[in-house]
Amino acid sequence: MTPLHAVHADRLVLQPQRRWLDGDPSLTEIGDDVARPLNAWPGRGWFICFAAAFSALAVGVACVSYEVATGIGVWGLNKTVGWAFDITNFVFWIGIGHAGTLISAILLLFRQRWRTSINRSAEAMTIFAVMCAALFPLIHMGRPWLFFFVIPYPNSRGPLWVNFRSPLLWDVFAINTYLTISLVFWYVGMIPDFATLRDRAGAGIRKTLYGIASLGWNGSQRTWSRYETLSTILAALATPLVLSVHSIVSMDFAVSILPGWHTTLFPPYFVAGAVYSGFGMVLTLLILTRSLMHLHTYITVRHLEAMAKVTLLTGSIVGFSYATEFFTAWFNGSLYEKATFYYRATGPYAWCFWTMVTCNAIAPQVLWSRRVRTSVPALFVLSILVNIGMWLERFVIIVTSLHRSYLPSTWVMYRPTIIEVGTLVGSFGLFFTCFLLFIRLLPMIAMWEVKADAGAETHAAIAGI
Amino acid sequence: MPAPRRTQPSPASRRMEASPVRNECLVATYAQPESLISAVRALRAHGFKIYDVYAPCPVHGLDEAMGLRRSRLGWVTLVAGVFGLVSAIAFQFYAAVFDWSLNVGGKPDNSTLAFVPITFEITVLAAGLATAGAFFLRSGLFPGAPARLPAPRVTDDEFAIALRWRSSVFETGEARRLLRDNGAIEIRQMVMDL
Repeated sequence: MTPLHAVHADRLVLQPQRRWLDGDPSLTEIGDDVARPLNAWPGRGWFICFAAAFSALAVGVACVSYEVATGIGVWGLNKTVGWAFDITNFVFWIGIGHAGTLISAILLLFRQRWRTSINRSAEAMTIFAVMCAALFPLIHMGRPWLFFFVIPYPNSRGPLWVNFRSPLLWDVFAINTYLTISLVFWYVGMIPDFATLRDRAGAGIRKTLYGIASLGWNGSQRTWSRYETLSTILAALATPLVLSVHSIVSMDFAVSILPGWHTTLFPPYFVAGAVYSGFGMVLTLLILTRSLMHLHTYITVRHLEAMAKVTLLTGSIVGFSYATEFFTAWFNGSLYEKATFYYRATGPYAWCFWTMVTCNAIAPQVLWSRRVRTSVPALFVLSILVNIGMWLERFVIIVTSLHRSYLPSTWVMYRPTIIEVGTLVGSFGLFFTCFLLFIRLLPMIAMWEVKADAGAETHAAIAGI
Repeated sequence: MPAPRRTQPSPASRRMEASPVRNECLVATYAQPESLISAVRALRAHGFKIYDVYAPCPVHGLDEAMGLRRSRLGWVTLVAGVFGLVSAIAFQFYAAVFDWSLNVGGKPDNSTLAFVPITFEITVLAAGLATAGAFFLRSGLFPGAPARLPAPRVTDDEFAIALRWRSSVFETGEARRLLRDNGAIEIRQMVMDL
């Protein structure tokens, strides 16, 4: 690791770059390290994780099949609490995805070097998380085979168009656009790496498949030049897109007149929460992956520390939003708003609320300490707490606002059934199954970006001395 | 996929006399991006036209050295974005106002503000897909496209410069000298199916 400052010729020279790689791998060694998991037989750790993830997925498939065959009466929903576990999961997963786009697009625009070795896996996480998220509104429809009713196409029912004023329809467009653009961005990013893998592979099926996926890429500088323009444009499009997606999700709530939902704070509050939860998940995944796949050289403790800083920032924004919500409830003089927040903190779901506050507003504050930020076990525990806290946040927003609204005669309790819990477990199963397959089948570190950065850092080291 | 054929090694004199193959190239490989850039600069300063440069990763400063002009992909983004924006807002207006107006909670038929989110999403979708599509078209990238590599390791750790056949390139030693002086590992003449 290069020291940040070096005293040179009686003056302090600020070294322009900090190394985001441990050691000094050559360009071909970078290729070796990234391609190794794709060629070798997976280790025992991977098989254990995969077996667990796949079993969870099987549980989910069973629960969803039962629900689709029987009807959503198998869930604990009732007339008052019409959205509960299912929509909680939807908002949770869509939020997880946001960190991936933040790392791949926003940090690209800000020219943050540390994104290079983690952006590929973060983006994969986005895609899998959005897939999991999309599953929930689909099964919540009750008759998922009629999902295409949400698409405005000339139909035999009038044509009766969809209601373009509904935030639920905005969601359909937002999520589909988000998934499509993320997939394009992800795939475009992998083309040069597929070419590298194609040229490393001996003749055979592997070479053919990589050959098809690499689209005839040959590393031409004319193509590279265009390619970098394309990456910048896609990043510039994905940046407002990702902000819009969770803003639109928050409008599912904010546009209604329900106390606890009807607030203009929601879009920024949801976006900050999404990035916070997403970074929690990125930390969980990368801490596991770097030890499973022996990638400590590329995913260094400094990467984890940088992510911890983003977690601290967004966690603090989330904590501040909680305080603002309470302040507004007290200050705006609405009796119902006040009552909702009173019940949130003291009602039957108070334990959810206080766990959420502990996990989201208090726990990340330990990240002010550099020792915690650089301790891998501490970060791992914290990342799990972040995930729990952010899942509970959505549960608190949805269920506590619904279970006691204007009419006391509608006040009920909501309890999830085993089928709902099984569906949540299944979504984690789907997510981790996809991710574990991804790290075995696709280059999980953007080789060409790491190579470009390794080159740039050598330049900087030469210039700095 | 057709791999680049290497020309048979032949005595220099015979190669000089033989009628030149049109797509014959002079390819020099480099290990360091720095020497690659200096070679590109030297060649261009001596008036040679560079066919292309190949690299496993984008090389900082190479665009300027090669004199590549800025990509015009941004225009595609703009046009497709405007197209997406106009068609999304027009379609929502048509469906909600003309074709089948529906009273939803007493809101006006033309709820323009409520049409904004979908319009935005379609704008981004159209712009993103069109830009990626234009990139693939312009760069000739498609599934099954043959990879025309000037050297086997240009996607791994080598950099290469290719000069197309010209009598000035092939029949005087100057191009070879410039390539060699800037640290070329290997210089060879080969046929590339360009």
